Amino acid sequence: MKALDRKLMRDLWQMRSQAFTIALVVASGIGSFIALLSTYDSLQWSRQSYYENARFAQVFADVKRAPRPVERQIVELPGVSAVETTVVQDVTLDIPGVAEPVIGRMIGLESSRQPSLNRLFLRQGRLPEDGKRNEALVSEGFSKARGLKPGDHIAALLNGKREELEIVGIVLSPEYIFASRGGEIPDDKGFGVFWMERERLASAFDMEGAFNRVSLTLAPGASEATVIDALDHLLEPYGSLSAYGRKDQNSHRILSQEIDQQKTMATVFPTIFLGVAAFLLNVVLARQVATQRDQIAALKALGYSDFAIAAHYLKLVLAIVFAGIVLGFAIGAWMGYEMTAMYTLFFHFPHLTYRIQPWIALVATGISLAAAVGAALGTVRSILSLAPAEAMRPPAPTRYRRMLLERFGLAHLLSPQARMVIRTLERRLLRTLLTTFGIACSVAIIVSGTFWRDSVNYLIDVQFYMADRGDVNVMFVNPVARSALNEIGRLPGVLSTEEMRSVPVRLRAGHHSYRTAVSGYPPDAQLRQLLDTDLHRVPLPPDGILLSQRLAERLAVKPGDQLIVESLEATRAKREAVVAGVVNDLVGLSAYMDITALNRLMSEGESISAVALTLDPTQAKAFYARLKEMPLVATVSIKEELLRSFRETNARFLLFFTAIVTAFAAAIAVGVVYNSARIALAERAWELASLRVLGFTRNEVSGLLLGELAIEIALAIPLGLWLGYLLSVLIVSMMTAETITFPVVITSSTYVYAALVILAAGVVSSLIVRNRVDRLDLVAVLKTRE
Amino acid sequence: MTFLPRSLNFQNSEILTIFEYKKSMHMKPSPLTVFVARGLTKTYHMGEVEVPALRALDIEIYQGEFVVLLGPSGSGKSTLLNILGGLDTPTSGEAFWRDHNLATSDERALTAYRRDHVGFVFQFYNLISSLTVRENVALVTEIAPQPMTPEEALKRVGLEHRMDHFPSQLSGGEQQRVAIARAIAKRPDVLLCDEPTGALDYETGKVVLEVIARINQELGTTAVVITHNASISGMADRVMRMADGHIASVETNPHKLTPAELSW
Repeated sequence: MKALDRKLMRDLWQMRSQAFTIALVVASGIGSFIALLSTYDSLQWSRQSYYENARFAQVFADVKRAPRPVERQIVELPGVSAVETTVVQDVTLDIPGVAEPVIGRMIGLESSRQPSLNRLFLRQGRLPEDGKRNEALVSEGFSKARGLKPGDHIAALLNGKREELEIVGIVLSPEYIFASRGGEIPDDKGFGVFWMERERLASAFDMEGAFNRVSLTLAPGASEATVIDALDHLLEPYGSLSAYGRKDQNSHRILSQEIDQQKTMATVFPTIFLGVAAFLLNVVLARQVATQRDQIAALKALGYSDFAIAAHYLKLVLAIVFAGIVLGFAIGAWMGYEMTAMYTLFFHFPHLTYRIQPWIALVATGISLAAAVGAALGTVRSILSLAPAEAMRPPAPTRYRRMLLERFGLAHLLSPQARMVIRTLERRLLRTLLTTFGIACSVAIIVSGTFWRDSVNYLIDVQFYMADRGDVNVMFVNPVARSALNEIGRLPGVLSTEEMRSVPVRLRAGHHSYRTAVSGYPPDAQLRQLLDTDLHRVPLPPDGILLSQRLAERLAVKPGDQLIVESLEATRAKREAVVAGVVNDLVGLSAYMDITALNRLMSEGESISAVALTLDPTQAKAFYARLKEMPLVATVSIKEELLRSFRETNARFLLFFTAIVTAFAAAIAVGVVYNSARIALAERAWELASLRVLGFTRNEVSGLLLGELAIEIALAIPLGLWLGYLLSVLIVSMMTAETITFPVVITSSTYVYAALVILAAGVVSSLIVRNRVDRLDLVAVLKTRE
Repeated sequence: MTFLPRSLNFQNSEILTIFEYKKSMHMKPSPLTVFVARGLTKTYHMGEVEVPALRALDIEIYQGEFVVLLGPSGSGKSTLLNILGGLDTPTSGEAFWRDHNLATSDERALTAYRRDHVGFVFQFYNLISSLTVRENVALVTEIAPQPMTPEEALKRVGLEHRMDHFPSQLSGGEQQRVAIARAIAKRPDVLLCDEPTGALDYETGKVVLEVIARINQELGTTAVVITHNASISGMADRVMRMADGHIASVETNPHKLTPAELSW
């Protein structure tokens, strides 16, 4: 081995603890980059391959009742490739020991065979046998949440008649990757999807020889909009609610939204992370190489060429960075796999397909290498440009000057040690700033990775406690007379009720349009309140329509503008309405009206479609039991149940994400703090040893070194908290989620948490360095000035 | 040594190059002269202040001689040595080592010059602390064209028994002898020593000087030694006194002393 390579090995071994912390910084950057991007890519890929394998439909339509021969007419529409029709009905399930109503979506399965579109993936058991009328398949999410397995029985109220179904198989469907009754919150406990013999389902709901659900795929090159128009036209006589494409399909919409969010996370977060890691790598390595200034000069004097010297330090840096890259790959792959796996808590895919695309690994490696090589070459070059004779001598005593404090005549307040600390910081201002900034970046990363918990809590608080104040929402199958309100109000345990009318609509303004629902509330509504950005109540105007801020933006309208409101109910009423104002919904893109005005607009009498109510929890069982007997009730959503499900799934995900981000940021903080201290120690060993010789105690000498660090950390924490806030605002503003706005709410406990993590990293680093100071070999240090 | 000016720098404009070349032919040292410098000036810029280190200095050094450069701190000794050793370039003036124009050579040519012809010894030894004594010498023998073995070089400085020690395990004098072994292992044409005994005590300093004197005699290596210790001048062929950035006087020693005969 060449002498120079031997030096490399020994230097690496000598600085192994520093090398390890630098490698950790690289590993953190690469790890998060690979993890988040590969999770995004894997989700996207899983969805795509699942959709292809299962032949997921592209256009969907619900009708009241259409005779089966219409199916042929649909196939013949230009642009249509394949068509599948079936019967779909939501029913109430009766599960022993479960008080609250559970909804089952019953889907007809023709002759017990796989549908041609939206094919089922059989996880367990078998398909129902032809002719066995009580056999059914259940969705995996529900079967897991309720502990169902093949051979179990479940009772369903089919059109008011109790029927016993035997579960023979557990399946997954591309239509229900995300299962909920239509909301944003996964609801695997309260909502199950079942497939049973179509004939049996049809006969129970008077749908024999008919269908109420169409799915179809498009011919290559066909326009979705054209097909939807043609389909709407064809199905209008059969009570169509207007066909829609995948983007309005609930499961697809939520999944896509999540993938889009993941994409933002995967691009913004790792870019910042890797950027910070690269920056720190650059600073730390540059300082590391700079400590070898005399050796570089000696090599040069001995006749080594600049190229050979640069190559030597490049090897040193690359060895460290490669260790970091390898570690980063391992961490990234593990974390990516875990995160992808966590998505299966609320997204049900047949296979968890996790992969790391080569380009992801290559980009991560490339950025780290570029940062490292840049650091090494930049520093080596600046040292090489010094005349070697000059570089070889111990650096001339730094030119100190009276510090700011002294010039203000306040120096007498400080001890000589404190003066040394502050003068050093002032003298090496750029270095102080870089170190401080590096630590601040770690703080910022922790804040921006942890505030999601605060944001989600705030969102829940505003949306579910300040805006929606009821405990239970009861929705009817069809709009009913207002008298139903009194009927619900008489149920046991009901404390207060409030009516609501919801009309599915398409809103149009110019060439913009959006499919949503207009909700009509009484003007003095207590259980549902509309809020502005300051959380003040927005009163419902007697006329006109209020829009969610994001919906108004999407439709490019402002208060005073005209909107076309197309009802998607059977009446197909088309009306004009004036935008009266905007409200600050955090979730969903909705429209609101005074219920009287809405009924007037729809030319209806006093009809209502849902009731919000508050409930005495002690009588909940009796209430749910009576509610299950009411045939007009389509679905019931229970706030506590929804929130529990939300917290169970989301909290776990957030906790994992927060823990990982914190670990990465702490690694970065340790990398900066520890390396700063070690390099400062290397540079000042002579001075510190001299002080020890003069009679300073170990504490006093460590105090000089660690005092600098303490000041840097003290400056970095407030700066980092502020940067963390800015970073959070940036990330949120890049989240393009259509139906949800994450508020940038950061509680003081998050700030405290971030500060404490960094303090802990600082203390650990300081203790290690302190240990080094204690072992300072006074004689050796003074003998050879290096 | 070829007669072709292989290390001459032709980077400047062609007219200037021809001019320089002619001048260099005119100034080419006689076979016995290894270093020639004329009008050598070096000015350092320290912020807005200009600090002249060399002022129009002229010097000639002959093949195989032992030169001691004496002078107080700040007289420009180190600057001159660094320029002669190809570690630094002058602000203006001419400096030649044989046919190598040191003043106009680029970094690549200077590196080759140092590697092939110059051995340095510094006041603070500048050994690589992570390499053993043998490896420190090997650092040079690996890149020099016709080196002696590290073992031979270390034998010449009397350290063959400490070859596998690290610098931190040696005394200052031993470290300086390693530095000398490292400098001579390449069989340099010149040995440039900057305060080689500056950090050493009397006895150790003498041992180091003896080593340098022996190398100078046995290998015929031209040696230039900087010191502010006038007693050392007794062992020189010629003593040059520097003051204020130029050579103030040159004396030839009629009776060279051995280092053992020196005292200070």
